[in-house]
Amino acid sequence: MEFVAILVSAILVNNFVLARFLGICPFLGVSKQVETAFGMGMAVTFVMTLASIITYLIHRLVLVNLGIEYLQTIAFILVIASLVQFVELFVKKASPGLYDALGVYLPLITTNCAVLGLAILNIQEKYTLMKTITHAIGASIGFMIAIVLFAGIRERLALADVPECLKGFPIALITAGLMSVAFLGFQGLSVL
Amino acid sequence: MSLLKTFKNGIGKENPVFVQLLGMCPALAVTTTAIDGMGMGLATTAVLLGSNLVISLMRNFIPDKIRIPSFIVVIATFVTLIDMLMNAYAINLYKSLGLFIPLIVVNCLILGRAESFASKNKPFKSIIDGLGMGIGFTLALTILGIVRELFGAGSVFGLDLFGKSFEPALIMILPPGAFIALGILVALLNWFKNKKATRA
Repeated sequence: MEFVAILVSAILVNNFVLARFLGICPFLGVSKQVETAFGMGMAVTFVMTLASIITYLIHRLVLVNLGIEYLQTIAFILVIASLVQFVELFVKKASPGLYDALGVYLPLITTNCAVLGLAILNIQEKYTLMKTITHAIGASIGFMIAIVLFAGIRERLALADVPECLKGFPIALITAGLMSVAFLGFQGLSVL
Repeated sequence: MSLLKTFKNGIGKENPVFVQLLGMCPALAVTTTAIDGMGMGLATTAVLLGSNLVISLMRNFIPDKIRIPSFIVVIATFVTLIDMLMNAYAINLYKSLGLFIPLIVVNCLILGRAESFASKNKPFKSIIDGLGMGIGFTLALTILGIVRELFGAGSVFGLDLFGKSFEPALIMILPPGAFIALGILVALLNWFKNKKATRA
């Protein structure tokens, strides 16, 4: 039951993008087409899940054992940076098309605050390994839903007749705001 | 580019939040009140100054291939310092900014300045650049914080402006308000720019 609560909360109630404001850069940057948004979502899912497992183990086995928890930020960001490099090599080999489509945003996953934020939240909430993995999966699905839905709206928005000064980012931000209003509706689920 | 121009660049023409749209996560997340926005801006400025200086000093020693990880370690060190300092001396701010203090590490603004400016320029010039960008960022966050606090709570910097009869628009301090407020601010800025361009 607890696992379901963590999952639902991470996907809908505390959606990483629309309620916690984590991962806004890729959310705004790679959401012009549904296909690339989906690719970005997959890459982030992969990195987030792996990163939270590895950072959990590092926190438990290295930082706590040696009494150097204050190095958390530095240790975590290094792990994430190397992980992203690894994913980049993998995607380049496995799917050159996706690699080209993601472009500069693939290395930028390093500076995606959703990944580091998730790792730090897991430690703050004192989750066990299983709960960490559940939380990571929930957060990734939440990110994926948000970015794919947003890309779907933006594809249509590109054809709309928008006033000159609202073109581009302003209208995208306001759209995201309206999506966020919709996700506020899930707040009531938090009693679960 | 002269020093003054470098300085003014970050505040106006290349304002990180309103023009370049960098560092959006903290800009949206912690601007529920003007104080929080300003605190976040100042903390980021401090990190930016430190990282720009150190990276600029080391620019000739860092091998090109591993420059990004090296930059990140430098930035993370400064963030850890600020994190501890704020925990010791500004506990209220520390609590309300919470998760977003360690997340200064992944603020694209800081890594962006390291990559595009500090790694190519002399230390003094890099400090000026950091100062300009930092002030620009702080200014943007404070403005956003003022707007959201004004409409969402009827106060500015904690000062009640409208008295008890004012019905605050709660949505402005909830997550959607952040997106909508920033969207409208950027749109207004574009509108002014267009107007200026057509007049000239």
